[in-house]
Amino acid sequence: MTDLSPARLERPSAVSFLGYMLGLVIVFWCLAGAGFSLDKVISAPPRFADFASRAFPPNMDPHVLTRLGWKMVETLQIAVAGAVIGVILSVPVALFAARGLIAGPAVNQIVRTILGFIRAVPDIAWALVFVVAVGLGPFAGMLAIVIDTIGFCGRFFADDMEGTDKGPAESLTATGARKIDVVACATIPAAMPAFVSTGLYALEKAVRSSTILGLVGAGGIGIELKVGFDLFDYPTAMTVILMIAVVVIAIEQLSGWARTRIIGEQK
Amino acid sequence: MPTRATRSSTTSSVTDLDLKDPAQLNAGPVATGAHSALVSPVDIEARNVAKSFGSNPIFDNVSFRLARGEAVALVGANGAGKSTLLRCLMGLIPVTSGSVHLLGEETSAAKGAALRTLRAQVGLVSQKHNLVPRLSVLSNVVHGFLGQAPGFRHWSHMLAPTTSRSAAMQALEKVGLADFATRRADRLSGGQSQRVAIARAIVSGPKVLFADEPCASLDPSAGEDVMALFFRLVKDEGVTVVFTSHNIEHALRFGDRVLGLAHGKLQLDATAASLSHSDLRGLYD
Repeated sequence: MTDLSPARLERPSAVSFLGYMLGLVIVFWCLAGAGFSLDKVISAPPRFADFASRAFPPNMDPHVLTRLGWKMVETLQIAVAGAVIGVILSVPVALFAARGLIAGPAVNQIVRTILGFIRAVPDIAWALVFVVAVGLGPFAGMLAIVIDTIGFCGRFFADDMEGTDKGPAESLTATGARKIDVVACATIPAAMPAFVSTGLYALEKAVRSSTILGLVGAGGIGIELKVGFDLFDYPTAMTVILMIAVVVIAIEQLSGWARTRIIGEQK
Repeated sequence: MPTRATRSSTTSSVTDLDLKDPAQLNAGPVATGAHSALVSPVDIEARNVAKSFGSNPIFDNVSFRLARGEAVALVGANGAGKSTLLRCLMGLIPVTSGSVHLLGEETSAAKGAALRTLRAQVGLVSQKHNLVPRLSVLSNVVHGFLGQAPGFRHWSHMLAPTTSRSAAMQALEKVGLADFATRRADRLSGGQSQRVAIARAIVSGPKVLFADEPCASLDPSAGEDVMALFFRLVKDEGVTVVFTSHNIEHALRFGDRVLGLAHGKLQLDATAASLSHSDLRGLYD
């Protein structure tokens, strides 16, 4: 019987084949640039086991736990303050970045370019800049979180507002409402669930960021991690790592619960 | 239930007038045409209006005049340009050529504050109710004042002046939803939402109301209720109404006059009383 079914695999065209080969070459080139070494991969587990044996059990000394606990509180203060201020400031920034709301295309493009620049610079680099500007300590860390949050939320809030149903806005425009009134009464309420979701994600991101800002002297628990490794005090370093993991996971859970409660309500 | 018969005794048409000077618009009563011997100023006039999107023409050479208090049904097949014409009349989108005069002002020439002042005398009820879903019913109705009194006081019923809150509650009472004032708009049925949209449109006492297929998204029973309520509320106020509809029965029953768009032209302009169902069906062929 003649088999009329199509071939299981189609022969790629010459151009496609060259494309695949080019992609493969780029991946190998990147691995070489990243210092990929199979020997190191094979020898790493014993070294990691050696580190684990020296790090466990974690340092549970009450004095150390108290000190680290307060540092973790400071870390959360940096994250929450930075994220809240950043989210609030992101709203007016997003109004200028969103196309077709209150500003013209030129302003939209300028604001979006600035937001792109802010996002392109890592939070740890912003922390270094603010350490220079305002000195060592948590304030520099908070400012870094604020600017990082604006870069993130400003862009996504703008996209959220652009994506809202235009019907309510048109109905209010038809009755002579000003643009700012239309935005306040129709666009922002419609985008609010997305704002909440993005804002909570920004908080999670801020908590994760704030745990390492201490590495550059911008406050928080990161400095304890650095000191632990510098002094080969691995049990204390492990305590810091575990505390960070617990707090970050707890914040993510809390954020997920809040997201469901707030956004789920509209369904 | 208000019908064409009850409305046509109080309204008039100026279809066959030939006003050349825009200054004559709203300058005072003008002689009426075939529909009635009564006199009324002109609220809306379209002069050789054409609209196209890019190279895609929607309609051209559309001209008509609508007298104050007239109820006009705009009918035509899908894509005929009814909604587009409605938006041109409100100045929401610019006309490609020709001119539209709304309450004596040329909408295509008005910009910024002047256009907003003009729109503040207008109400719109859309096919989809277009309420702000997460806000309360009362806040949505209070938004109807934003054209006449801009500013944060009318962003929410919690901030609104007492007079505005009272007027909004009265409007809700008229549509039978005063008990739903604090309910979130997205918790209402389709019919209830459309009634709130009507309350929002009438709360500020507009001179002209536009309705774009106000019952298209409702079941037949709710659609009948909404249309009857809409015309009951506006008939005694002398409000000019322009509504689009695919429902021939509604066009003939609630309109004093019917304008028909087909093949990019205004093919029909006649009193509802002079038309039959079969006359309108021709527009859909």
